[in-house]
Amino acid sequence: MEVQEVELQMLQREPSRLESLLGPDFYRMLKGLFTNPLSLMGLSLLAVFLVIAVAAPVLAPPRPNSNPYQIPRDGYSPNPKPPGSDWRTRQPPLPFWWEPITHKDHWVHIMGTASGQWDIYYGVVWGTRTAFKVGLIITLSVATLGIFIGSISAYYGGVIDMVLMRITDIFMTFPFLLAALTLSAILTPVMGKSLIPPSIALIMFGWMGYARLIRSDILSVKEREYVLAAKVLGATDRRILLKHILPNAIYPTMVVASMDMGSYVLSFAALSFLGVGAEVGYADWGQLISFARDWITDLGTYWYIVVYPGMALVLFVLAWNLVGDALRDILDPRLRGRK
Amino acid sequence: MFNYIVRRLLMIPLLLFGVTVLIFLMLQFLGPTQRSALYIRDIPRNERVLEGVIRKYGLDQPFYVQYWRWLVGVKDPTTGEREGGILFGNFGYSRTASEPVIDIIKRRFPATLELALWSVLPVILGGVILGVLSAVNHNKLIDQVARVFSILGWSFPTFVFGLLMLMIFYAQLHWFPPGRISDWANAVIRSPEFHNYTHLITVDAILNGRWDIFWDALKHLILPIVTLSYLNWALLLRVTRSSMLEVLRQEYITTARAKGLSERTVIMRHALPNALMPVVTIGGMMVVGLLNGVVITETVFNYPGMGKAAADAALNLDVVTVLGLTLFSGVLLIVANLVVDVMYAYIDPRVRLE
Repeated sequence: MEVQEVELQMLQREPSRLESLLGPDFYRMLKGLFTNPLSLMGLSLLAVFLVIAVAAPVLAPPRPNSNPYQIPRDGYSPNPKPPGSDWRTRQPPLPFWWEPITHKDHWVHIMGTASGQWDIYYGVVWGTRTAFKVGLIITLSVATLGIFIGSISAYYGGVIDMVLMRITDIFMTFPFLLAALTLSAILTPVMGKSLIPPSIALIMFGWMGYARLIRSDILSVKEREYVLAAKVLGATDRRILLKHILPNAIYPTMVVASMDMGSYVLSFAALSFLGVGAEVGYADWGQLISFARDWITDLGTYWYIVVYPGMALVLFVLAWNLVGDALRDILDPRLRGRK
Repeated sequence: MFNYIVRRLLMIPLLLFGVTVLIFLMLQFLGPTQRSALYIRDIPRNERVLEGVIRKYGLDQPFYVQYWRWLVGVKDPTTGEREGGILFGNFGYSRTASEPVIDIIKRRFPATLELALWSVLPVILGGVILGVLSAVNHNKLIDQVARVFSILGWSFPTFVFGLLMLMIFYAQLHWFPPGRISDWANAVIRSPEFHNYTHLITVDAILNGRWDIFWDALKHLILPIVTLSYLNWALLLRVTRSSMLEVLRQEYITTARAKGLSERTVIMRHALPNALMPVVTIGGMMVVGLLNGVVITETVFNYPGMGKAAADAALNLDVVTVLGLTLFSGVLLIVANLVVDVMYAYIDPRVRLE
């Protein structure tokens, strides 16, 4: 009785202007995200990272005429230097905010240096861009690939479905990280050391979950009357799939994919930690942390190699997971309408 | 039940075929020269000799011919010995370790198995207990703390967590060293008086009555176990919690409470067994995953298992070795998944009737 009344009230309620602009589902999602404290924390963390990524040239100005993603180094000594030590050779340009705040006229290694004198602060700041870039590209490609395979499988059914789903099973048989590691090791000699081989490897062994998800959603949408109507009207397969089925089935897969962005950044960092990522000295958190592997017995002294890039990575992934966790609660139909 | 097992068994050859084809496809990225490491230990530098090798093993033949030879090997016409052939356990030769890949697996697999076996209990018990606590105290402080704790564990990269552990417990406190065993203990293990029954050091130490060695091996295992546990608790906690919450809403729970049972009995006897159903699946998958998901953990803690071997080989771009290890892991996963599925079908009749 009570439930019906509430529902009736919701139906009668005038939607706000924002709500009518965004559509009820999207509005509900955004509202949920901005009212849950944990997801708000995640969103603010993401905002901070976004600012760092955008402002990278101001926070850590690169040397003129050099690749900004290449971390500047201060000599070649193998021993790391602690935070606060002076920059000796080939200082990069000072940012405008440096002198007013610190009253120093020269650069300092704010977070210390790793072995080989790579500046950790530069790596952390520019690594934020790498993290966003890698996360976005992998998530988009992996979801697209999964959606492509899953929708073909579901729409055509029969033998095609059987074959594609068995191929999916085969890909799922492999342990994810080991398979990705293998493929990056194979692609690296062919394509050269860069961000691309590990990204391709993660995409190739990551799409299966999305293919299965979209397949089951399409299978349920496929039987609706409006699809039948489109068929009767003589629409082509492509048109039915793209115009009528996909828009109604794609939503859950996209949400799941966006929530996985954190874990892709994490897997990518793991691969570069293992040494199959970009060239040494590229601004990438996983690789910065891998410098610590040479100093296992001295980690007490050289803690800053792990702690600063590690903190950046953990907070970045945490931010996505906080948002993702809240999204899952909002979109879970069993929990819908409860406070 | 019988039908289900048969159906499940029929899938196996198909999966094995698919896995081998996929691995072989990846091998095609290598040139014929590098691929000769599948059959011979040292790749000859002399071009004429090399050509002979390529012709002998058919490395310039079409895909299906090569695939078949890769499976069953090539008989040497003069000696009659079989060379290569993954069906006979010949995974090729490691360029970096200059030994057969199968020997690496034989040596490294017990180490990985030991770590996985030791981690099973803490991982599953910890995750389930936390999940039950969280669900029983739904939305109370314990629940919130457990959730934050688990989401943090979920966000922590294995290698960062592992390095932090090493920083505190090894570099600062000197409690738990990396590696698998201390040098003095290693000398004992290699001595003729010590019998290596299982090659799992902790088990062998007990069988030999050497508690000092058992303790030394365990000390090396503790940090990897803690790392694997904490990072896996998040998922188990989440599954147990939501499944437990669902069960606690059922009417038979209300009935149990109404007839005056203590809350403890209600939870332990009536709720938990039913709530554990989905946990069994995830738990099984996790045990399987432990065997293979240890690449990073082993690398961080310098633990000489298969994962570390794969990481080292990948770093040196020794593709034949990495692919051999991946193939072995894939086959292992297929078998392990079968066992988990059959066990699950035994517990939950809904699965086998599907």
